[in-house]
Amino acid sequence: MSKIHVSTSINGDAVEYLCDPSETLLDVLRNRVGLTGAKEGCGSGDCGACSVELDGRLVCSCLVLAAEAEGKEVSTVEGLADGDKLHILQQKMLEHAALQCGICTPGILVAAKALLEKNPDPTETEVRYWLAGNLCRCTGYDKIIRAVMDAAAEMRGA
Amino acid sequence: MVTEYKEGAAGTEYSKRDFKVVGTRPPRPDGVDKVTGRALFGADLTAPGMLHATILRSPHAHARIVSIDISGALALDGVKAVVTSNDFVKQGSSGNQDTLDNCMARGKVFYDGHAVAAVAAVSVKVANEALKLIKVEYEVLPHVTDVDAGMLDSAPVLHEGRKFRNIPEGNNANVSGYWEFGHGDTDAGFAKADIIVERSFKTAATHQGYIEPHATLATMGPDGRGEIWACTQGHYMVRDMAAAFVGMDTSQLRVTPSEIGGGFGGKTTVYLEPVALALAKKSGRPVKMVMTREEVFRASGPTTSSSTDVKIGMTKDGRITAGQAKLRYQGGAYPNITAMLGAMTAFAAYDLDAVQTLAWNVLTNRPKQAAYRAPGAPMAIYAVESVVDELCQKLDLDPIDVRLMNAAKKGTLSSYGPTFDEIGLVATLEAAKAHPHYAAPLGPNQGRGVSCGFWFNFAGNTSVSMGINEDGTVSVIEGNPDIGGSRASISMMAAEELGIPFDKVRTIVGDTNSIGFNDVTDGSRVTFSVGLATIKAARAAIKNMCGRAAQVWGIDADAVDWVDGAAVPMGHNAGEFPPMTLAEIAKDSAKTGGPIAGHHEVNADGAGVSFGVHLVDVEVDPETGFTEIKRYTVFQDAGKAIHPDYVEGQMQGGAVQGIGWALNEEYIYGEDGKLQNAGFLDYRIPVASDLPMIDAVILEIPNPGHPYGVRGVGETGIVPPLAAVANGVSHAAGVRMTELPMSPPRILAAIDGAK
Amino acid sequence: MVKVNLWGSLRSATGGLTEVEVDAKNTGEMLKALAEKYPALDEIIEGGVSVAIDGLIYKEAWFTPIRPDSEVVLMPYMKGG
Repeated sequence: MSKIHVSTSINGDAVEYLCDPSETLLDVLRNRVGLTGAKEGCGSGDCGACSVELDGRLVCSCLVLAAEAEGKEVSTVEGLADGDKLHILQQKMLEHAALQCGICTPGILVAAKALLEKNPDPTETEVRYWLAGNLCRCTGYDKIIRAVMDAAAEMRGA
Repeated sequence: MVTEYKEGAAGTEYSKRDFKVVGTRPPRPDGVDKVTGRALFGADLTAPGMLHATILRSPHAHARIVSIDISGALALDGVKAVVTSNDFVKQGSSGNQDTLDNCMARGKVFYDGHAVAAVAAVSVKVANEALKLIKVEYEVLPHVTDVDAGMLDSAPVLHEGRKFRNIPEGNNANVSGYWEFGHGDTDAGFAKADIIVERSFKTAATHQGYIEPHATLATMGPDGRGEIWACTQGHYMVRDMAAAFVGMDTSQLRVTPSEIGGGFGGKTTVYLEPVALALAKKSGRPVKMVMTREEVFRASGPTTSSSTDVKIGMTKDGRITAGQAKLRYQGGAYPNITAMLGAMTAFAAYDLDAVQTLAWNVLTNRPKQAAYRAPGAPMAIYAVESVVDELCQKLDLDPIDVRLMNAAKKGTLSSYGPTFDEIGLVATLEAAKAHPHYAAPLGPNQGRGVSCGFWFNFAGNTSVSMGINEDGTVSVIEGNPDIGGSRASISMMAAEELGIPFDKVRTIVGDTNSIGFNDVTDGSRVTFSVGLATIKAARAAIKNMCGRAAQVWGIDADAVDWVDGAAVPMGHNAGEFPPMTLAEIAKDSAKTGGPIAGHHEVNADGAGVSFGVHLVDVEVDPETGFTEIKRYTVFQDAGKAIHPDYVEGQMQGGAVQGIGWALNEEYIYGEDGKLQNAGFLDYRIPVASDLPMIDAVILEIPNPGHPYGVRGVGETGIVPPLAAVANGVSHAAGVRMTELPMSPPRILAAIDGAK
Repeated sequence: MVKVNLWGSLRSATGGLTEVEVDAKNTGEMLKALAEKYPALDEIIEGGVSVAIDGLIYKEAWFTPIRPDSEVVLMPYMKGG
C-alpha cells in the first residue's frame, strides 16, 4: 500500500511526512516526527494521555488519522514553553506538585491550555468536567485541579 | 562479631533534630522534564535497526497446548524471529518458573490472554500479521474464575499433580496456600460479648491501572552481552529474571530504568522483558515491545478478588472481646501470598485479647496477580471495618470512640505476632475526631463513613553512592526507580545531612552497573531505605571530609566535627581555625588525597508500620443507586514527611484508587471465562469530575528505625477507603453493603431488597 | 534459651506447638536451631522467613542479636507493592 504525503504545521514549524493510510497522528508524532511528549495510554480515546490541539481543537491524537493533519496546525506539549520560559500552566503544575509519575502530565497540560483559551475563568466543577477525559492514577486530581485554577487566576491577572 | 552489626540494628537510629531542608517543598528535580514532554518513558526510546515484537495470546481460559506451528509466521516477509516457551531456560525455583510460565505459557494456557508465542518483525503491523499465521492446537479444558467456585471439589484443577506446602486435609487441589494467625481464646472471647455480628463480604479484582502500559527495548549481540531499557519498579529484578530466563550471567545484562508511568505494585515483576531479550538474542537486532491497554488488562497482574467471613464480639460499652476472619482470595493461575497478608493485616488496628485469622489462596483461570499497593490489606480491613461499623451502629456508639477504645498502641500484641513499638494510630484517630469534617452536618441521603487502615511497610536491600564534586556540589546515585518523587526526597536528605542547599544536589537512578544491588521499589520502602542509606553515605563522606580538614589543620581527625556544611575544630582546638566548608574541602580534594565519595549498602530493617484513618461523606441517589463522594479527609502517620507535597500526593492518590475499588472498578468475566471489560471505557477508574478535593492531614510520630523518623507512606492510603466508603454508603442507603464494587445496580438491588 | 513464637499454620511442623524454645544468641543461630529441632520447618525457613525481635521485623539478618528475654516471632516472608 502506498504512503500518503502530508504537509502540516507542528508547534509552528512546517513539517512534512509520509504515513500509511491507517497510521494515527499519535503514531506519526511519536515514531516519525520524534515528538514523544504525547503518550499512548489506551489507543482508544479513553485516557487523554495523547491529547494535542488540531487547529485549536482538543483531540485525542490516537483517534485522528495522520493524514487528517494535512494543511492543519498541530500543537503538542513540546510547543507549550517559549524557549527556556515555561508556560504558566507548566510552572503551576510544578509549584503545586501536581504530578507524580508524570505520564498523564503532557495530556493534562494540553487539555488545560485548551480549556483556558475558551474559558479563562473556569469554576472548579468546570475544570473537573473538562479534564474528565484525562486519566491520572497517581494524584487523585486534587493538586492538578488546584494548579489549573491557580494558573487561570494568574493568566487572568497577567 | 555480633556487636559489629549493632549499628545496623533497627530501633536505634532516630534522634530528634531541627531540620533545614527536610519538611520544605522544593520543586522536584524531574519536574521540568515531565511538564515539557522531554522525560523518556518505557515506550519513548528507539534504537537503530530496531524491530517491533507482539505477542500471540490465548483465546481460551484454560486449555492444553497440543502443538504450536510457527513455520507460517517465519515464512512471512519482514519476520526476523519467533519465540515460544521452548526458547527459555527451565528454572530452579518454582516461583521463578511460575513467573517465566506466565511470560510464555508452557504446556497449558491458564487464562484468556496468556502469552503463547511472540514475533519480532520490521513493524508492529508485520508482527501482528505473523501472529495470525502461527497455528496453535488447543485442547480446551473446563475453567473456573470465581474464588468460591475455585474452592469447590468439583472445580477443574489447574496444576495437576503439583503439591503445595502446608495445606490442611479437606482442601481441593487448587488451594495453593493456607495460613493461620492470632492469639488468645476466641471462643471464650465471644462468650464474653454482649453482641456478635457475623457477615460475609466479597470484593472484585481490580487493576493497578497505571496509565503507562508495559514497554521495553532489548538488545543482545552475538557476544552474549545484553541491554534492556524498561519501565519497571525494579531494574535489578528485571536483570535477574531476564538473565535467568534466557540463560546468561547477570553481569552480562545491563538494565536501565526508564521514567515509570505509574506502577502501584504492578511493575514489580516481568512480562515483556525476557521475551524481548530472547527475540533480540535470536534476531541479533534491538527489539521493542509495548503492550496495548487491552493486553495490560488481560495479561498483567490485577489484584486478588476475595470472599471473607468476619465475626466480631463486643460488649455494650464498645470493647471488642474477640475477632475472627476467614479470608479466601484468588489471584489467578499461580500461587501468591496476598491472602496471607490479608490475614496478617485484618485486625492490625486493634488491641485484642483473642483474635484468629485463617486464609486460603485458590488458583483460578485468571491472570497471575501482581502486588497492588498494600497487597491483601484493603479487602481484609474492608470486611473487619464494616463489621466494626455495624456493631457501633447497633450499639449506638461513636465509631471513632470505639476505635480509640480498642486501638493498638505501643505494647499491644499485634494480631500478626510481634508487639508494637511506637505507632501513630491513637494520634491519627484523635486527629480525625477533632477535625471539623467529623462534626459537619450531613444532608438528606448522605452518610459518613470511617475506617482505619494499616500497612507494615518494608525496607530491604539498598545501595547508595554519592560523589562530592570539586565545585562543592553533590551527585547521588540510587538504584530504585522514582515512582512518586523520591529523587526529590533523596536529594533533600542528602542536603540535610551534608548541610548544603537542596539545589546543590542532584540524584539520579542508576542502571544495574552503577551501584550495588537494590530490591524493587515496593513496600513503601524507598524514602525509608534509600533515605537511610543516603544519610549513611553522606556520613561516610563527612567522615572523609573531616579527616581532610584535620590533616590540613594538623590536628586529630577525632577533634573535627561537621556543623552546617563545614568541618569545625572541636575540643581544645575549638575556634583555632575557621570552619572549612564542603566546597572548600572539595576544591582541594585532589591535593588532599583524591576524590571524595560516600557510599552505603545495607539490607535495611525497621521500616516502621503506618496507620491511617479516612473520613468520607457520600450521597446516594435512591432513584439511581449512584454514589457521589461529597467530602473526603485522609489522616496518616508519615513518621516524618520529607517532602510534604509528595506525602500528601501519596495519601490522596491512594484514597482515590480505593474509592475506585469501592465504587466502580471490577474485572468482569463471562461464562466463557473471558475478560469482558479490558479497556478504560468499561473498566472505569475515577476521573476528575467524580471527586471532590481530597484533604490530607499528615501526622508525624517518628519511626525509631530511621535517622529522621521516616515511615513509608505509599501504601497505607489505599487501605481505608473501601470500608470508609462502604460504611458511608450503608448509612446513606439504610442498608449494609457487603459486596464491592458498590456500583449503582448493586446499591439499587440492596435498597430494594431491604424494603 | 529463647522463646520463639510461630505463626499458627506452622503447628503441623512442630507437633502442635506455636511457641518453641531453642538455644541461640542471634537470628542465624535461631533459624538453624529451629530447623534442626523441627526438620519440617527447614523447608519453610529455606523458602524465606522474616523474624520480629522485640517488635521490629528483620528480613534474613543472621547476625541480629537476641537476648534471652527478647520477644521473638517467626513470620512469613512478606512483600509489598
